[in-house]
Formats: sequence, structure tokens, C-alpha cells
Amino acid sequence: MAADVEAPFVEHGFGPLLGPEHSYGSITDRVNALVLAPGPRFWWRVGLAVGLVLAMVLFISMTVLVAVGVGVWGVMIPVAWGYAITSFVWWIGIGHAGTLISAILYLLKQQWRTSINRFAEAMTIFAVMQAGLYPLFHLGRPWFFYWLIPYPATMNVWPQFRSPLVWDFFAVSTYFTVSLIFWYLGMVPDLASLRDRAVTRSTQVFYGLLALGWRGSARHWHRYEQGYYLLAALATPLVVSVHSVVSTDFAVAIVPGWHETIFPPYFVAGALFSGFAMVLTITIPLRRAYHLQDFVTDRHLDIIAKFTLVTGLVVDYSYLIEHFIGWYSGNQFELALITNRAFGPDGVWYWVLLFCNVAVTQLLWFKGVRRSPLALFFVSILINVGMWTERFVIVVGSLARDYLPAAWGTFVPTPWDWAFLFGTFGLFTSLMFLFIRTLPIIPAFEMRRLFREMWLGARG
Amino acid sequence: MYGVMAEFDTAEQLLAAGRRARAAGYRRMDAYAPFPIDGLGEALGFRSNAIPLIGLSGGVVGGLTGYIMQVWIHTSALPINVGGRPLLSWPSFVPVTFELAVLFSALSILGGLFILNGHPEPYHPVFNVAGFARATRDRFFLCIQSDDPRFDEHATRAFLYGLGAREVSDVPE
Repeated sequence: MAADVEAPFVEHGFGPLLGPEHSYGSITDRVNALVLAPGPRFWWRVGLAVGLVLAMVLFISMTVLVAVGVGVWGVMIPVAWGYAITSFVWWIGIGHAGTLISAILYLLKQQWRTSINRFAEAMTIFAVMQAGLYPLFHLGRPWFFYWLIPYPATMNVWPQFRSPLVWDFFAVSTYFTVSLIFWYLGMVPDLASLRDRAVTRSTQVFYGLLALGWRGSARHWHRYEQGYYLLAALATPLVVSVHSVVSTDFAVAIVPGWHETIFPPYFVAGALFSGFAMVLTITIPLRRAYHLQDFVTDRHLDIIAKFTLVTGLVVDYSYLIEHFIGWYSGNQFELALITNRAFGPDGVWYWVLLFCNVAVTQLLWFKGVRRSPLALFFVSILINVGMWTERFVIVVGSLARDYLPAAWGTFVPTPWDWAFLFGTFGLFTSLMFLFIRTLPIIPAFEMRRLFREMWLGARG
Repeated sequence: MYGVMAEFDTAEQLLAAGRRARAAGYRRMDAYAPFPIDGLGEALGFRSNAIPLIGLSGGVVGGLTGYIMQVWIHTSALPINVGGRPLLSWPSFVPVTFELAVLFSALSILGGLFILNGHPEPYHPVFNVAGFARATRDRFFLCIQSDDPRFDEHATRAFLYGLGAREVSDVPE
């Protein structure tokens, strides 16, 4: 089929979205081979091993935390939220770019999203899993987490629905469930393809069960497309609601530096910014390790980098407004907060976040940086660090300097704080590595459809 | 016998074949393709808005459930005065109402797809056709079922060959 088409994939003024000389069959075989080809590579084993070791650190930290109590962390009064809530906000924000790529860009019919949406969604799900651990273990007695669910308890007590913390429980659990449904449903036709290509009995059974008996019936496709489109339409406002609700956890409190009406859009922009950076951090090594340059082309990296830049500029603008309003309010506590952020005892973190999120981001204006995977990778790492630092400055900086100097305190992280943080990196990495080897990381059926659209487009 | 299955090389051939089979009076048939093809359902005379309706109903039920639950909890089950706000302080009930509407809608879309598409269905007669595995790779299939009133083993086979099928095979039950 590809033979009678001359260079069909080069759109005017842009690079290609799909390498040349592909066909329905070659697309399918490439994607399936990532999973079905025998024997994991050496670096896959090393990566998974590192991930699992760090995940063990997480499990040990959890055990210690449950056995001893939240006191093993550096949290105290006044800084009761520490690393746990910082990391919660950071992880949940990372998920948001995955939903934006998979749902919002699907509604907008952006063809370039096709090859990266599956692992961006996987990133979302695994990141939300890490995020969920923090508030759960921060409860102090995590085994009573079900008290957040409204159910007729013998104590006759119900959750307080005027509290953003209860909204948060509903928002995050809905977000996780809907993302999981969207992800799994999107994979069903590709799982059927794997079932039909699988050679060994065990893989046939494994993918056969997951594929639900999918056979590509026109009736099934019709309903499937309607359902998938609607899920995308549901996920779009959902993703905006999730980080807005997270931001109200802060904004509803009267702590200086938290009590701000700008918080919901500011947090959503920050979430997308860090999420796009994480998409780059994952995509660049992945496409190199598995030679996916045909599917995740330089143009994809260029577009993701531009999205990172745009969301980054919104974040930078929010910083500006936040500080302008702090000064303009004339409120002495707000003024003190701003001064303390920049020049107080923990002021260095403020300059780190400005360096990463404001200065480094501006490099993305340059085509040379956007076209260089290595440069993009380092920029994305710095943005990840910068966004974590931003949440740390917001969470800890504000709590440590309340209204009364008598109530001030200094937060010092303990080794268990660090263990929990790096432990979630490990669990996230392990899940990502397992995902790469067991599930279709590129939506092959959408690539086949993209191939046909481009072929039809090239024929005119 | 379940029916007769024709195999095509391209999506365009399958679309044309579906239209012509419908024009020839066949109704009990289905097409199989490795990706969604715009207009294929319509070509076979299949229209359905069941999934959007199920999704909408799920959303409405979810939203009502969320809102009524919160109102009931805060006005009758556990009426607590928080900062002098009215017991029915509806603006603070909006986020959870929205989340539950989305949650119920997504779950009902999932449930609707499972029930209407008959998942999970590990066995289906079409899987018996040799080469049908390529329906999830690069081939396009049209199956006219034996319970169609116009079905006639020989005439239908000849008809499908006439549509340009590269192969026509029987689908055993």
C-alpha cells in the first residue's frame, strides 16, 4: 500500500509524524515486537532492578511509618505538611499532562498525540498512585482511611463536605478511576492484536483475557469510538477540577501565601508544566532505547517542548502576579511572606525554583534546544526539580512563618522523608519498566488509522 | 454454519463492499477492521446512540446522588454549624457533585460498552476463519451471516467474490 504513495507523511512546514515506508502491518509488528520479542534487554533489567530496590526502600519506609507513627518524618507544629504534601501535589501534577495529551488533544483532533498518548496515560496512572500514597500515610492511622468515604457508620459521623480535603479525596479517586478506565479501554484493541500475534500459550491466555474477546467488529468500533470520545470529554474538565481542588486545600486556609484566589489556575498551569517536563524525561530515553524515532519523531519532541514553554510562561506569570498582589495588598503579613521567601533562612530554595522554572524554561525558545534530545532531557530534569521545589516553598515556607513569631518553626527533613520521596521514584520507575515490557506502549490501532488518514490526505 | 467471510486488502474496498452488500439486501452481517473506519457502521446500516445516552444518564444520576447525599448529610444526618454558614451551603457541595457525576458517567460508559459489545467474549465463530488474526493487523473482513433471509451459500459466496474479495471462506459455528 505504501508503494504507490510518494512521501505522504511530510506536512507542509512541519516535520513528519510517522517515519516513511510504513504500512498497517509494519506499524503493528513494530509495536507488538516491543512486547512479544523474547528476552528483555540488559538495560531494561538494570532499570527495573534499580526501580525495585528503591521501591523496597518505599515499602520499608511505609512499614516504619505505620509501626512508629508520622513522627518519623520531620513534620511538626507549625509545619505539619512537610515533604508528604509537597510530593503529593508534585506527583498529581505530573499526571495532568498525560490526561491533557490523551483527552484534550484527542478532542482537538491533534494527530501528533497518537504515538505518545499511551505511555503519557501510563505515566498519569502511575504518578497518581504515588500521589495517593502520601495523604494516605500522612493520615497517621492509614488503616482508618475509609472514614473519608460517606457510609452509615455506627458512630453516626459523616465526612464534612465543606472541607476541601474531602473534595480532594473525591477528586483524586475519581481522577484515578476515570484515567484507569480510559487507559484500559484505549488498550483493548491493541491487546487483541497482541493476543493474535502471541506465540506461547501463556501469553495467548494473558492477552486473550485482557482483550475481552475484541474482534474489531464494525458495531463494536462504532460504540467504542463514541464511548472513548465521551470519556475524553469527561476527563477534560475533570483534570482541571483535580488540581483546582488540590489548590483549594491551600487557598481555603488563611495562612499567608496560601490564601490566594489565583491558586486554582496557577496550580493547573504548574501541573501541566511539570507534567510535560516529565513526558520529556520519560519519552527521550524510551525512544532512544527502543529505537522509536519513527513513531516519536523530532517533531513530537519539538511540540512537547513548545507546550512546556507555554505552560511554563503561564506559571512564570502567576509568580509575577502572586508577588505583585502580595505587595499591592499592603498587608504586612503578605509582605513579610514575600521577603521571607526570597531572603529568609530557606531563601535558597526560592532562587532554585526561579532558576529552574523561569530561567531554564526560556531555553525552550531556541529551536536548537528543542531539536536536541539531550538538551531537552536536561531541561526537563531541571523543571521537575524546580516544580518540586516550588511546592516545597509554598507548603513549608508558609507554614514555617505564620502570623505570630512565637509560633514560627523550622522544618528539617529526616532520612525517612527522603526515603519516602526516593521510594516513590522507585515504585514509579518499576511500574513504568513493567508496563514497557507487558503492554502495548504505542496505540497501534490509532497509528494505523493515522496512517490511513495521511495516506488519504496525500492522495488528495 | 455461522456465515461466509470475505477478506479484503484495504479499508476502501471494505467500505464499498459493505455498501454494496447492503444495497443487495443483506442485513445480518458485520465487518471487521483493524481500526475504526469512519462511515463503516452506517454503510452496514448500523446506527446507535445508546452509549451517549447511557453516559448522560450515568452523569445525571451521579450528580443527583452526590448533591442529594451532601444535602441530606449536612441538613439531617449530621447538621453541624461551621462558621455560621447555612446548613444547606450549596456552593461547597459543587465539587463533589461534579466529581460524582463524572465518576458515574465514566463507569456507566464502561458498563454500557461491556454489555452492548458483549465483553468478555473469548470465543466467537469468526475466530475459526483461517487468517482472521489479521483483522487486528492489516486485513479487512466482511461476514454475511447464515441467518440472513437472503443468505444462500453459493450465491452469497459468488456475490462476495464479485465485490473483489481476495478470499472467501466459510465460518463454522
